[in-house]
Amino acid sequence: MVQTIAFYVMAAATLGAALAVVSAKNPVHSVLFLITAFFSSAGLFVLLGAEFLAMLLVVVYVGAVAVLFLFVVMMLDVDFAALRGEFARYLPLGGFIALILAIEMALIAASVATKGAAAANKLPSASGDAPSNIEAIGAVLYTDYAYFFQAAGMVLLVAMIGAIVLTLRHKSHVRRQNIGDQIARTPEAGMEVVQIKPGAGVEL
Amino acid sequence: MVTFTDGLVWTLITIGQILLVLLPVLISLAFLIWMDRKVWAGVQMRKGPNIVGPFGLLQTFADFGKFLLKEFTIPSSADKAVFVIAPLVSTMLALGAWAVIPFAPGWVVADVNVGILYLFAVSSLGVYGIIMGGWASNSKYPFLGALRSAAQMVSYEVSLGFVIITVILLAGSTNLSEIVMKQDGGFWNWNFLGGGLKNLPLALVMAPMSMIFFISFLAETNRPPFDLPEAESELVAGYQVEYSSTGFLLFMLAEYSSIVLMCGLISILFFGGWHPPFPMEWASSWPSWVLNLFYVFVFAVKIVIGFFMVAMVKAIVPRYRYDQLMRLGWKVFLPLSLVAVAVVAIWVVYTGGAA
Repeated sequence: MVQTIAFYVMAAATLGAALAVVSAKNPVHSVLFLITAFFSSAGLFVLLGAEFLAMLLVVVYVGAVAVLFLFVVMMLDVDFAALRGEFARYLPLGGFIALILAIEMALIAASVATKGAAAANKLPSASGDAPSNIEAIGAVLYTDYAYFFQAAGMVLLVAMIGAIVLTLRHKSHVRRQNIGDQIARTPEAGMEVVQIKPGAGVEL
Repeated sequence: MVTFTDGLVWTLITIGQILLVLLPVLISLAFLIWMDRKVWAGVQMRKGPNIVGPFGLLQTFADFGKFLLKEFTIPSSADKAVFVIAPLVSTMLALGAWAVIPFAPGWVVADVNVGILYLFAVSSLGVYGIIMGGWASNSKYPFLGALRSAAQMVSYEVSLGFVIITVILLAGSTNLSEIVMKQDGGFWNWNFLGGGLKNLPLALVMAPMSMIFFISFLAETNRPPFDLPEAESELVAGYQVEYSSTGFLLFMLAEYSSIVLMCGLISILFFGGWHPPFPMEWASSWPSWVLNLFYVFVFAVKIVIGFFMVAMVKAIVPRYRYDQLMRLGWKVFLPLSLVAVAVVAIWVVYTGGAA
């Protein structure tokens, strides 16, 4: 009973927030609604018994990815009037993509309902015999899907190195702080005690 | 047969438990804020708050009343909805995190399996209150503070996560109660010494990890010396410049609540949680609630010691410059904690240390 109520509340929140993402006029509001949608779908994961996935969704998407979205969107100076003027121009392309996605979703729903191609592959249960989510996921990820998992890791590594190579520039005129040098500096190296005779200057 | 009334009873009991946790937390928070100011004053050879109540103990309550009675102003060009929601988000997340903290064996509101990940998730959400507040104020200083805060919290979360993974590897569980129970029977079983005498060589890794965790959570909660989001010498008060009365109070509450929570978390992860530093076999004949009360007392003492350390750091250490902060997070803590994860994992695999 409580779970049913919780499901409907969170499902409604997810759908409502997802709608608001595309209909909100202010892009920052869109990102905030996107975060709401992520968060309430994490709640749906908890209801399914997949606590680990729910927490990962919150940590990775809400805690890291969406922060960067928000970061970028907040700093952009978007001209809302110009954006709305181009709405009609992108309508055919956007409508076409939306149509393809709708057809795909309908096909998947139909094949699940008729126990088609997808029914042959048994899904590893989130709350099965394994004592915890993490062990269940680990047992599948590091055995059956070990190569895919490693491949995904390589893709991420290449993307990360690529981002660094594209953006890292050493400017020669910028003076950088070298903390090792600073700490290694001794009084002898940085300071000289000079006895000054009255009336005589100091050689520097 | 689960009926609607069962759900209702469960809901009422849970609400009772939540109140039982939050009210003591909020009240002790008032005295911890007083302690923070007293420690700070002591280091600077001032007296600190000493007028309201004995030794100034009621100063925080006086401030609280003052905050409540002032006018809540919303800047005319602010995004009103986001501006009002931001402090609420901060406070709700900071207080909601207490749900999974175990105070004594079985004394926890939600004993979930992924407790430590929940805490990590909630603390990483804390940045939203600050970003939203800074952006919605529609003013330059708050916005700069919010941007700094976003970059800073995302950076230090990474090393925080790796340090947490070392503890998870040692304990073999993500349930906070189980992590604490593994550290039973004396301080030599605490995780900062590797969790048990047979893991003693790991103390070389885990003791520095506990220090990295301490420093990272200072950065994560925007405490000095990492309080760049509200650096008063550069940004007036950072993201909370435009907030007055209740909004400011809620931000303040969230900040201190998450600091105290992190003090509790470091004692759970590294310093034995509710376990006193000596074996407790001699007390096994005590009634369990007396024993549990003793455990809660021990846990509270550890939190207060942790908070004392945080207050001392605020009093002693000068503020980091922004590039130094980023260097420390990415170039020092991240490689160190990554190496530590590898070392602990290898140790656990080749000695069966987690069992």
